[in-house]
Amino acid sequence: MFRTAGTTRSPRAGAVASPGEDAARFEVIDLEMKRHRFRQDALIEVLHVAQEAFGLLRDDVLLHIARGLELPPSRVFGVATFYHLFTFAPRGEHSCTVCTGTACFVKGAERLLAIVEELTGGRAGETTPDGRFSLATTRCTGSCGLAPLAIFDGEVVGHLSEEEVARRVGGWTGHGSE
Amino acid sequence: MAAFEPVLTRNFAVENSQSLKVYEGRGGYQAAKKALTTMSPDELVQLVKDSELRGRGGAGFPTGLKWSFLPKDRAETFMCVNGDESEPATFNNRYLLERDPHQMIEGIIISCFATRASTAYLYNRFEYIAATRVMERAIAEARAAGYLGKNIFGSGFDLEIYVHRGAGAYICGEETGLIESLEGKRGWPRIKPPFPAVEGAFRKPTVVNNIETLCCVPHIVERGADWFKSIGTPKSYGPKLYTISGHVNKQVCVELPLGVTTRQLIEEHAGGVWKGRKAKAAVPGGISMGLLSADELDVPLDFEEIRKTGCLGLGTAAVTVIDDQTPIMDVLYNTCRFFAHESCGQCTPCREGTTWFYKTMKRIKAGGGRLEDLDVMEQLAKNLGITPGTTICGLADGAAWPIKNAMTKFRPELEEYIRSHQQADKKPTALQEAIFRGVSPSLFDSSLPEPSEPLPGPTAPGHNPRVSPGT
Repeated sequence: MFRTAGTTRSPRAGAVASPGEDAARFEVIDLEMKRHRFRQDALIEVLHVAQEAFGLLRDDVLLHIARGLELPPSRVFGVATFYHLFTFAPRGEHSCTVCTGTACFVKGAERLLAIVEELTGGRAGETTPDGRFSLATTRCTGSCGLAPLAIFDGEVVGHLSEEEVARRVGGWTGHGSE
Repeated sequence: MAAFEPVLTRNFAVENSQSLKVYEGRGGYQAAKKALTTMSPDELVQLVKDSELRGRGGAGFPTGLKWSFLPKDRAETFMCVNGDESEPATFNNRYLLERDPHQMIEGIIISCFATRASTAYLYNRFEYIAATRVMERAIAEARAAGYLGKNIFGSGFDLEIYVHRGAGAYICGEETGLIESLEGKRGWPRIKPPFPAVEGAFRKPTVVNNIETLCCVPHIVERGADWFKSIGTPKSYGPKLYTISGHVNKQVCVELPLGVTTRQLIEEHAGGVWKGRKAKAAVPGGISMGLLSADELDVPLDFEEIRKTGCLGLGTAAVTVIDDQTPIMDVLYNTCRFFAHESCGQCTPCREGTTWFYKTMKRIKAGGGRLEDLDVMEQLAKNLGITPGTTICGLADGAAWPIKNAMTKFRPELEEYIRSHQQADKKPTALQEAIFRGVSPSLFDSSLPEPSEPLPGPTAPGHNPRVSPGT
């Protein structure tokens, strides 16, 4: 909960895709760096693009960016670990992010999170060992009119009830839907 | 109060309000034309100064004054538009971006002309994906129509707006943190002075303004400073977007003149407190501004009055209502967790202090709380932030303020919470006990036995040197 996915380095972050796919992704990053004329202040934008291409930030990707922008690797790693958006562990098949901003919290976000954690067997800020679910909490998403809300696989769902959460997560786990 | 005609939100209800055509049809870009063709930059700065427009981002600093801090002989100026709206429960800037992007652009054009900035950066939260998309489309439209680019309105003034996405850090809402982030670094606030007006983005003079502030500028140009000052309360002029969330029936964003009370917001706009309950407390403008007790709901929410209640300020005018069934301790716990997570880690008092708050709250919630915890937290809260001068930016003040407020306004409730949640098996560890007693951790002997006597009651004499130094 207090830890974020971004601060834990998973050993699995090493090898994922085949070399061919990787080359195409590196090309995307190169294009983006070129678009910014290799300006060092474009680092965050490049990291955004890298994460979109790879789904996570791997060590070799960060080193590639460091070389491209002529920045020390420490700077690239420092920036990538500072911002909560960037992640170093692969995301699970399904993701659920519960908002714990003030408005959602007073409307019972804690209880919703507990339900999600119980149903998936995972913990907030982590991906379950079988790689099926990524759970996270977020600070305010700026949609407090919808409180309490959660993001299920990228879909923002507001005015959540405990039953609704159980139904949605139950649909993923395969039991609870019938 | 006479019926208030919406200013900033006037286009919200119009269909397709994001398009240039609709905005132009409703008188859009006329103010920019007037400013660029008939006024000089200095006249514009003077006009905004006269209108006494105050920054809507939180601190309430007069905008015209900020602009006049720019050095006279500058070669290049940057404008940064702060759309990193991260304060929990705030969403008014998102509405302005998503529903009326051209008003935003017009505000940027006029403000950049006034400050002679030819590059503007719009720093958006990455969470605001829709808003970023709407803005990018609107900027492209405006450029195609000649409102951006070279020689706008034939005045010889050039302007480009770039949208920059953040990556999820609360601290980037602080102006120098935002600038650092814009330069592709960690969002660590800079030591001031030099202020951004002298040395900001890329070491050049920079103005950082909130979205809502800049949205007010076209209306001031169009209707004049006197009109602007006819809205609101003394020293807090103009319209303001209030957001109401939490335990109310309708969680909405409404535009009202500055100076409405929390009770008016709850009763007239939010449909009352939910489930027929009563409000116990309210957050006046984002949690870092502190807490209002139930007796203070009639205090006007403007830049001046709200400070008399002990709150830090108006903040972002994001009102969160807390009903009488929610323990204040739980609210504080969530707040502390937020700030402990979001502290950037640059200044020790903030990095350690916010985490200390969080750990203490966690222990209290788990049943290991002691009444002295409140004293320790209060003392900690007093020594944290810009106000006592121990940190670079105001994040630590924001973290400490709700605790300071809660200690003065809700102390009996907090004490009752600790007492009723205490569990015998969740006693503090020997180390914690030693710290309570003022034993220096370096002198602490790990073989010290677990304390066996019961936790002292509320009347226990305070001999804790950490709490009352020098006694």
